[in-house]
Amino acid sequence: MVTLTIDGKEVKVPQGTTILAAARTAGIRIPTLCYHGRLDPIGSCRMCVVEIEGVAHPMAACTTPVEEGIVVTTNSERLHRIREDSLKLILVNHPLDCPICDKGGECLLQDLVYEFGIDKVEYQAPKPAREAVYATPLIRYWPDRCIMCLRCVTACREIKGIGAIEIKGEGYGSQVVVIDEEKCQSCGECLSVCPTGALTENLSRFKGRPWLVKRVPTTCTYCGCGCQLELNVQNNRVVGVTTQEGKGVNRGSLCVKGRFGYEFIGSDERLTTPLIKKDGEFKEASWEEALNLVAERFGAIKEESGPDAIAGLSSARCTNEENYLFQKFMRGVIGTNNVDHCARL
Amino acid sequence: MTNPIKDVLQAKAILAIGTNTTENHPIFANYVKEAVLKRGTKLIVADPRRINLVDYADLWLQHRPGTDVALINGLMHIILHKKGLHKKEHIENCTVGFEEFAANLEKYTPEYVAEITGVPVDDLEAAAVMYAESSPASILYAMGITQHTSGTDNVKTLGNLAMLCGNIGVVGGGVNPLRGQNNVQGACDLGALPNVLTGYQKVADEEVRQKFAKAWGLEELSAVPGLRVTDMFPAALEGKLRGLYVMGENPLVSDPDLHHIEEAVKKLDFMVVQDIFLTETAQLADVVLPGVSFAEKDGTFTNSERKVQRVRKAIEPVGEAREDSWIICQLAAVMGYPMEYADARAVMEEIRKLTPSYAGISYERLEKKAIAWPCPAEDHPGTPILHVGEYACGKGVFFPIEYRPPAENPDAEYPFILSTGRVLQHFHTGTMTRKGKGLNQLYPELLAEVNPADAEKLGIEDGDFINIASRRGSIKVKAWLTDRPAAGVVFVPFHFGETAVNLLTNAALCPDAGIPEYKVCAVKVEKAS
Repeated sequence: MVTLTIDGKEVKVPQGTTILAAARTAGIRIPTLCYHGRLDPIGSCRMCVVEIEGVAHPMAACTTPVEEGIVVTTNSERLHRIREDSLKLILVNHPLDCPICDKGGECLLQDLVYEFGIDKVEYQAPKPAREAVYATPLIRYWPDRCIMCLRCVTACREIKGIGAIEIKGEGYGSQVVVIDEEKCQSCGECLSVCPTGALTENLSRFKGRPWLVKRVPTTCTYCGCGCQLELNVQNNRVVGVTTQEGKGVNRGSLCVKGRFGYEFIGSDERLTTPLIKKDGEFKEASWEEALNLVAERFGAIKEESGPDAIAGLSSARCTNEENYLFQKFMRGVIGTNNVDHCARL
Repeated sequence: MTNPIKDVLQAKAILAIGTNTTENHPIFANYVKEAVLKRGTKLIVADPRRINLVDYADLWLQHRPGTDVALINGLMHIILHKKGLHKKEHIENCTVGFEEFAANLEKYTPEYVAEITGVPVDDLEAAAVMYAESSPASILYAMGITQHTSGTDNVKTLGNLAMLCGNIGVVGGGVNPLRGQNNVQGACDLGALPNVLTGYQKVADEEVRQKFAKAWGLEELSAVPGLRVTDMFPAALEGKLRGLYVMGENPLVSDPDLHHIEEAVKKLDFMVVQDIFLTETAQLADVVLPGVSFAEKDGTFTNSERKVQRVRKAIEPVGEAREDSWIICQLAAVMGYPMEYADARAVMEEIRKLTPSYAGISYERLEKKAIAWPCPAEDHPGTPILHVGEYACGKGVFFPIEYRPPAENPDAEYPFILSTGRVLQHFHTGTMTRKGKGLNQLYPELLAEVNPADAEKLGIEDGDFINIASRRGSIKVKAWLTDRPAAGVVFVPFHFGETAVNLLTNAALCPDAGIPEYKVCAVKVEKAS
């Protein structure tokens, strides 16, 4: 264990811990922007700078490991100025288009600018306007909003093990590009770690402001991994899917189906009424008519040929409770063990 | 799975066989990649196709489709008979049947196995040593192992391998089937199977039947095990099965040899389909009942790790659609047996009373944390790893397993092997993923994977339409020239009902599990006119 002092507080942490992590264990907040809990420290934003006694230059807390006996200050006038300047330099390029940005309301940059009370930026730079482009058919990239924090590039490499995106170009012209279209799976990991609105979901026809959508935590409906996600709901419509960092077996990640495969829920093709086939054509029916017909037909078959002349296919798509009820119905009401589902298919 | 997903981070080696993990279980694949890239875990991929996971592998064994038993027996022959790397103490103390099993392995010499599988002897030896010397080692598999007439043998053989190297009941080890659907584990757990009630309690057991009959207020329950899904349609063709109730399934796309399935369905006197879309199956129904999606219901799913997790209602049902539980209970009431529950939680309470492995899993506990069954009591933490300390059945049983070739093999008329499966962007019969534009923009039309060497011989270019025909049917599909399948093998996804590859597949079943041999049937391929 290593002992150090942070803001006058003695902290003991294992060797190799960063100053940022040490401060967090002691309940001391250091502002961060590029740092992300699931990624190796990137050290691109200079927000987490701290002073170490006897060291001339402020150091990035996210990349600097603790040392025995060091004395760390996380807040001072000098540090405040450095952080404010870092934010102002970002704002030279980052437009304050928050009212039309999907991320408005849950943007880390917006939060920090608000926290630091930045109301004007003295610096200026030549800024030819740049168009938003489609990084993939499902993800839109807004180069003006990109703060070059490298979270997306790092996540694609570290979490997905793919490395399909990179920063290309220099200075103001630099931007995130898909360098390997075959490898990019449109999983949206980049989108989910982006601290600003530089990468946005381009799928939902209905956009909801973050503070107006209801987020309902649930379990994904696709493969058996059981990823935890939140359905974003507005006006009884699912308008997007989000996750919470670190939550569930997926730890906040999703695949392309989990993140973008929600359109079917609100599809116009959904069945909205019972149907009964008459002379080869489906006719809309009431629940009473439909259920009575099913009961009558199953009743008649059971009467004539016994319960084992009827079978039921339950569903791996349905809940445990529904599967239980279905087999109870087949065994208890119909009276047969002819019940199975598509586990084999 | 015997072990939780995150356990692969503790594995020293991973054998991934018959699992296209990056496409079918992408989040699980994140863990595998993290293990390899950040923790130095060795990865052995055994797959007839050059799947994306091969990019991360230390070793890739490209065995011929359907030769899994020979391959694994070959690895075990090397571990046991050539290198002596087996875990003697574990075998002695914890298992039975070893001697017969060991004797059976004798003929599976590397040379013999190389001939059957097509995997070079050196690769067999390297893989055997890598798996045996890296402890703990985890085995991952999916439908590439099970969808064979030898499916059960394949799984037992993997069990043999794990036991041989002492990889059962340990963190980072295990035999781990990756379940392909959100709640296929739960559907099995909750008794949607013809031979068992909830928690795998056998219908043949009179005590079990009496317990359920009493709880359900009935005099008795049928003791006759029912028909498996793959037996139902043949029974319909014979006229023995007359009525069918289908909830959220689409056998008219998902089942093998579809011509026969359609014929069987048409022979039924009555079919009711409960679904969220008018699927290919629903179109043939007499009555269609509109159910709801996972976004419109409360309940639980059980994932691949046996972890029970909450599903929460986010929106009200569309139109007159109703929760599946409501529909089932209403139908029961009309048929003279009222089934009344206040909500999904009330159903779970009944499940808990009747199912020892779910007894401790309450909605209150699930609010805080997912729980892996078996969880016999409220104060039980759940069981993330099975067989810790001793095997659940007492001693681990070694089975001597012989390699059997697939039911249908290539010949002069049908010289190619067809394997079917999924792609990343779509799911099962496409009823969900093919609605809406997003995923369809990424994978808009069906592509048959054809090896360029085969394509050259047949005069096929990338994007050409080809006819693929088996003894049972024929489809016309666009070709994608790629080295993913080996020469002599074509791969076609089964998501596309209008070009249903299951018109071609063989309905030959694994005798134990009743699973069809989707991974191997014989076809011919030609350029379409």
